[in-house]
Amino acid sequence: MAGQVERAEGGAAPRLRPPRDICRKARWSGAVVAAVLAGAAGAQDGRVSTYEQMAPELRAMQDDDFSNPGLLWAQTGEELWAEPSGADEVACAECHGAAEEMAGVAAHYPDWDEESGQAVDLAARINLCRQRHQGAEPLERGSEALLALTTLVALQSRGQPIAPSEAPQMEAVRGQGEALYSTRMGQLNLACATCHDDLAGGRLLAAEIPQAHPTGYPQYRLEWQEMGDLDRRLRNCMVGVRAEPFAAGSQEFVALEAYLKARAVGMEMEAPAIRP
Amino acid sequence: MLAAALAAAPALGQGLEEPLTAVPGDPVAGAAIVGEPTRGLCLLCHAGPFPDVPFQGTLAPPLDGVGARLSVPELRLRIVDSRQVNSASIMPPYHSLVGLTRVGERWQGDTILSAQEVEDVVAFLATLTDPPIPEETE
Ligand code: HEC
Ligand code: HEC
Ligand code: HEC
Repeated sequence: MAGQVERAEGGAAPRLRPPRDICRKARWSGAVVAAVLAGAAGAQDGRVSTYEQMAPELRAMQDDDFSNPGLLWAQTGEELWAEPSGADEVACAECHGAAEEMAGVAAHYPDWDEESGQAVDLAARINLCRQRHQGAEPLERGSEALLALTTLVALQSRGQPIAPSEAPQMEAVRGQGEALYSTRMGQLNLACATCHDDLAGGRLLAAEIPQAHPTGYPQYRLEWQEMGDLDRRLRNCMVGVRAEPFAAGSQEFVALEAYLKARAVGMEMEAPAIRP
Repeated sequence: MLAAALAAAPALGQGLEEPLTAVPGDPVAGAAIVGEPTRGLCLLCHAGPFPDVPFQGTLAPPLDGVGARLSVPELRLRIVDSRQVNSASIMPPYHSLVGLTRVGERWQGDTILSAQEVEDVVAFLATLTDPPIPEETE
């Protein structure tokens, strides 16, 4: 659990404290609260973004485009979007128009790519465009340029509900993701579900265990001091339980994201999010 | 493999009578393992009599008084592999490699605690016979 739990962050209460929204609901029904606290994952009412658990300063930082560092990455993305690239010397903008045309796209990723016959996340889709439509090399996973473009595209879905892809092939991918999510792993022998369904709202030292909704990726983590994608977050969680992480951009991570997105269906996209 | 391990264990839930090493456990060394959150990891899930550790776990019963509730063999079994008491236990198996998957390269083949460390932890837990101090109201 090293890595994600050793920091003390501001505004953290020292004891088990259910997420804010759950407290509010506590006023009207004890039974609902009991069900939610028991970890009813996916239960419409109990789901909360990590945003709700953050200290007010962090929420303010995320909400204000002038203080949210993610917007700087989006700005770089905007420049890359307009820049002719690859052997074809063609810019994203020439085919897609303004970045605003990407509204709602990130909310339905990962999606199925017919041509390669596999599920792709947003970053992989952007790389496919580079290869197929610009005659360019794919950008390295986690690189500044790829994060910048992905942030720009994700930003266009801010405030929109997560709406998982309806491609029939994605059903099996989500199933694979759910299986991985429930599999115990690593020397500590814990599954994602143990922490994020059963123990969400509890504490691992300073960190409050969130429900793990992928609403805000790419995101700026204070711990990283930079933007990172969902793969990076999941690698941190896996190393935390002393497991061998899946490779960046692997089908396992795409499947996990597809499942997490389905689990978070209807929740608001908030990329670029800030996290502690 | 798990079935074999279970068969080798004494009647489920009773405990491991035999110490894992010839050297008796050292409660002071055990306290250092349990009380250092990043070493024993115990305080990620449990609270215990460690006033200097600010964020203690809320996911498992407090360790205070556990030496009065459980015998030494019962404590030993729970540290070695708590799944032998409760197959759904989320408590990591501290001295068993049975059934582990995708263990990171750095940790492969190693148990979380060595046999002697288990004995030290057990010796320390056995000293925890006082019930938890009631929490002060904030
Ligand atoms: C030559 C035209 C062309 C260029 C240049 C291009 N794209 Fe695309 N893009 C497409 C087409 C066509 C699709 C539909 C999927 C396919 O056929 O690959 C697409 C699909 C996408 C999608 C997925 C949309 C969805 O609804 O699923 C994203 C995101 C995207 N492009 C981003 C980019 C970015 C970022 C760049 C610049 C790095 C870029 N594209 C450059 C033609 C282009
Ligand atoms: C030992 C408990 C534990 C396990 C097991 C675990 N995580 Fe986490 N996870 C955490 C904690 C704690 C955080 C918050 C870290 C922080 O804020 O410092 C977190 C954060 C996350 C987030 C970020 C949510 C956000 O708002 O951005 C996601 C997504 C996530 N985990 C998914 C997973 C997945 C998928 C797995 C399984 C591969 C997994 N986790 C395994 C404890 C765990
Ligand atoms: C990931 C969470 C977790 C960690 C880490 C953990 N435990 Fe536990 N432990 C539990 C849970 C949950 C129980 C309750 C019984 C069960 O479900 O197995 C428990 C039960 C126990 C018990 C029996 C308590 C009783 O009153 O019956 C003892 C003793 C114990 N743990 C000691 C330890 C020690 C010592 C460590 C560190 C070396 C440790 N635990 C680490 C979760 C954890």
